[in-house]
Amino acid sequence: MNALLMDYLPVVIFIGVSLVIGLALLASPFIVAYQNPDPEKLSAYECGFNAFDDARMTFDARFYLVAILFIIFDLEVAFLFPWAITFGGLGDLGFWSMMTFLGVLTVGFIYEWRKGALEWD
Amino acid sequence: MNVAAAFFYLFAFVLVASAFMVISSRNPVQSVLFLILAFVNAAGLFILIGAEFLALILVVVYVGAVAVLFLFVVMMLDVDFVELRQGFLQYLPVGLVVGLIFLAELVLVVGAWVTGPGVASAVASAPPSAGDVGNVQAIGRVLYTDYIYFFQAAGFVLLVAMIGAIVLTLRHKVNVKRQNISAQVARTAKTAMDVVKVRPGQGL
Amino acid sequence: MNWQDTLIQVLIILGQSLALLVALLIFIAFILLADRKIWAAVQLRRGPNVVGPFGLLQSFADLLKFVLKEPTIPAGANKAIFLLAPLVTCVLALAAWAVVPIAKGWVIADLNVGVLYIFAISSLGVYGIIMGGWASNSKYPFLASLRSAAQMVSYEVSIGFVIITVLMCAGSLNLTQIVEAQNGRFGFLNWYVLPLLPMFVIFFISALAETNRPPFDLVEAESELVAGFMTEYGSTPYLLFMLGEYVAIVTMCAMATILFLGGWLSPLPFAPFTWVPGLVWFVIKVCFMFFLFAMAKAMVPRYRYDQLMRLGWKVFLPISLVAVVVVASVLHFTGTAPR
Repeated sequence: MNALLMDYLPVVIFIGVSLVIGLALLASPFIVAYQNPDPEKLSAYECGFNAFDDARMTFDARFYLVAILFIIFDLEVAFLFPWAITFGGLGDLGFWSMMTFLGVLTVGFIYEWRKGALEWD
Repeated sequence: MNVAAAFFYLFAFVLVASAFMVISSRNPVQSVLFLILAFVNAAGLFILIGAEFLALILVVVYVGAVAVLFLFVVMMLDVDFVELRQGFLQYLPVGLVVGLIFLAELVLVVGAWVTGPGVASAVASAPPSAGDVGNVQAIGRVLYTDYIYFFQAAGFVLLVAMIGAIVLTLRHKVNVKRQNISAQVARTAKTAMDVVKVRPGQGL
Repeated sequence: MNWQDTLIQVLIILGQSLALLVALLIFIAFILLADRKIWAAVQLRRGPNVVGPFGLLQSFADLLKFVLKEPTIPAGANKAIFLLAPLVTCVLALAAWAVVPIAKGWVIADLNVGVLYIFAISSLGVYGIIMGGWASNSKYPFLASLRSAAQMVSYEVSIGFVIITVLMCAGSLNLTQIVEAQNGRFGFLNWYVLPLLPMFVIFFISALAETNRPPFDLVEAESELVAGFMTEYGSTPYLLFMLGEYVAIVTMCAMATILFLGGWLSPLPFAPFTWVPGLVWFVIKVCFMFFLFAMAKAMVPRYRYDQLMRLGWKVFLPISLVAVVVVASVLHFTGTAPR
């Protein structure tokens, strides 16, 4: 097994151990605690009423827009990661290449600001 | 059997199984959750071939962002899923055609790999040896200079995506009262108050 | 390498992982108490003071209470996802600690891409909340999970840009090397907190929003959403959510410590300060960051949702984007960028 994979072996073991701790905590009350469910106890909470209808309703498309914009900026950050640690050795071309990239996306950012896509109403 | 191979089979098996569950799960939210599981396992496979940067970017972008969007969409769509599944089989021919095209393409790629003498060596020489530089450095050294046009094209694709998303989904409500924070902060006693001298018996 | 060596190595890692996790959980128990005590002190109350001296054992009593509570799963809930959500939250929060160097060389996995790993893990934190809110099949949890998903993704962008500015100064994605890059002759003057002070502030506030801490706790907003996405939870599933939340907070404190406060480095680079083990400095710095978190909770009123989104998208995002350009320009034109 090569060196890179040996770096990741501890991560897998660590996540395994934390999974065991989490599962143990999750399972323990089902084993030791007193259980006596009844329909009132198991109904969904709704300010003392019985639930009116299904809780999963439609919601504002604005959340959808936020998610899309987030994907775009997340990709921008993803492109920045390798650049941030190498741009010292890339010279002027590497520097201005990224500045152009950021400039293009800033145009998009200004567009969405002017369009009011960042307003929440 | 060595540990890496064991992990490969684990990831590959879970990947295929969860991909199957994505298309066969009854509840679309469960489908998306299985899709996330598939992404995470694909990231595991990437790590196994030494592409740690790609693996983590896959998690950050696909699991952390794209799948959130998918979840929003399937949670937002208020469709009757029982009704939706009625015509499920009529898509089968289309699916088969797409699957066959994919299969043909895979065969072509693998065929080119095996038969073309130049291809295998060209691909194999691309990644630098892992010992001296890390994965991220290796990408950083070529992406922004040698592949500058592709990089800038990616920037424009993102710009188009941003504009497209806004054009398609932005609907302004009318009569919304918004808070103007800079106006609030700029308010002083002088602009907000007026001291008026009131003479007795006269009023304003 | 034969299989015995591998086995021994695995056992060593297993022991280290277990030790770190147990230490972390005990630390969390006292951090939770400290949170309540600080909050109480600000409000001129005593806080928990019954269980053990000064209430020191309060968190352990709470643990016992949660374990002995009756677990209920709402009838309309999607059972598997309902139980998976707290587990995911807790395990993901703990998983981030695999790459956190708590002292020089004291790290479970010294990954080349440590920062990216933590960034990835924290971007997954949103799933526990979405899954919990959706699986409960109840109105308040559902609303809370939507709100929180949009909130967490909004602030993640500015956290990403802030991390980029630090990476540009340090020239590495490895957390150990980032700390080492802050090591210099001038002690705490070499830390990134001074040159990147605005970034530190943005990181701190974004971390509050990312972990759903007050003043950005709209996910739980007791006055509007009952208990947010945790409304239907009780017993240890609830405990796992709380644990995950506090572990994520301490992770953010540790990230702030590593990225800006020089990790395990001593603030004054001469004896007797350098005799103090790095671990002690690290814990002190994390506790200081947590104190700031607790004070923010005690002092700042809750944001309204539109204000929260405005702050994320219209204030922090442009500022951090400009900061990336400014820091890059300064490093590039002065020729001080790490190669």
